[in-house]
Amino acid sequence: MTDTAVRVTGLTKKFGAFTAIDDMSFTVERNKIYGLLGRNGAGKTTLMQLLSGQQFATSGSLEVFGASPVENARVLQSLCFIKESQKYPDSFRPEHVLASAPWFFANWDAALADRLVDDFRLPLMRPIKKLSRGQLSAIGVIVGLASRAPLTFFDEPYLGLDAVARQIFYDRLLEDYVEHPRTIILSTHLIDEVSNLLEHVLVIDEGRILMDQDAELLRGSASTVVGKKTDVDAFVAGRDIISRDGIGGLASVTVAGLNEAERAAARAAGLELSPVSLQQLIVQRTTSITQEPEIKTDAWSARA
Amino acid sequence: MIEAGKPIFMQIAEQIENDIIDGVIEEETPVPSTNEFAAFHRINPATAGKGVNRLVEDGILYKRRGIGMFVATGARQRLIGARTEQFRANFVGPLLSEAAKLGITPEQVSGMIRTESSTERKGSNS
Repeated sequence: MTDTAVRVTGLTKKFGAFTAIDDMSFTVERNKIYGLLGRNGAGKTTLMQLLSGQQFATSGSLEVFGASPVENARVLQSLCFIKESQKYPDSFRPEHVLASAPWFFANWDAALADRLVDDFRLPLMRPIKKLSRGQLSAIGVIVGLASRAPLTFFDEPYLGLDAVARQIFYDRLLEDYVEHPRTIILSTHLIDEVSNLLEHVLVIDEGRILMDQDAELLRGSASTVVGKKTDVDAFVAGRDIISRDGIGGLASVTVAGLNEAERAAARAAGLELSPVSLQQLIVQRTTSITQEPEIKTDAWSARA
Repeated sequence: MIEAGKPIFMQIAEQIENDIIDGVIEEETPVPSTNEFAAFHRINPATAGKGVNRLVEDGILYKRRGIGMFVATGARQRLIGARTEQFRANFVGPLLSEAAKLGITPEQVSGMIRTESSTERKGSNS
């Protein structure tokens, strides 16, 4: 139990006839950075709401630090949930948010918060109503980092943040995590930007766990094979094909897990191998196959 | 610096190996800490740690308790030996098979290499 931050078994959440979370089981280990990835409507936010006691499960069990988070002060005190559209009282200024944060977060580091305010150039005295979208997101990021909560959720915290501010967020997250290891669950669509920060990846699709893997194992777990269609087809026959594309007599097929000998065999057969990034891999895994790629090839050869 | 599609810990291990081969990090001197690697490459510290540990397993680095990781004596020579073998497998083998495909004999290949390296040397002298 000591190494587990979250344990979920057969978790299901229904909203009327719609099943948002469908019989999920997984664990989150302590002091790792997790990426929670998936398409819009996959169930990421619902899952995080369940984990933080903001929603009731329809069925299944759910433990955070060994207990149900619902109405459990001990568990809830160790959580920090940063959501995309946090609402604040109308009269609030950023300084009020930062002044009240220590009431909720036992590990709050005011010095870190001050430094982040400078980094993000957040105007502390301006009414929150008058802040830009990016400045609002910056408040969330500052609270999320300075809270140092044992389990921190970032639910797409970057809305409106420019590229520089997002890089500051990632850098400060990593720096502070190194000094103060804790469990972080980062939900994002910008997979390429964060993929190197992640230690573990959870990909969900239509309310189910699609991948639950070490990020390092996932990287390099797939390769794209490009070459003459006949050669490619011969090479990939019987393999786990993730996606397939083609143009004229050329084919490009992404397959899982090639070892050194197989890579050498592919090169010897005159095929080109290229790496697949985490983002490409996840896009390919979560794209429902709606069209037969053969159609494309036929259309092309018909035109030729 | 970090490329996609290849395990990052392997890239970290290779970079340290390159630094040892190039003499950037000398034997019996410390390598940067896992956290320094993580911050510099903007990667998860556990990943950086995996790369360093791999070199510890290979006996290239060793741990001095409470101080950090150091390059072992003889590490450079061992790495060069291993890389020479890789060079043979990755470059010389494919070179000869491509040559055979084109009907070039191994003697002609070595002639080409001699000519090429002498012109290259002239080129770099001028």
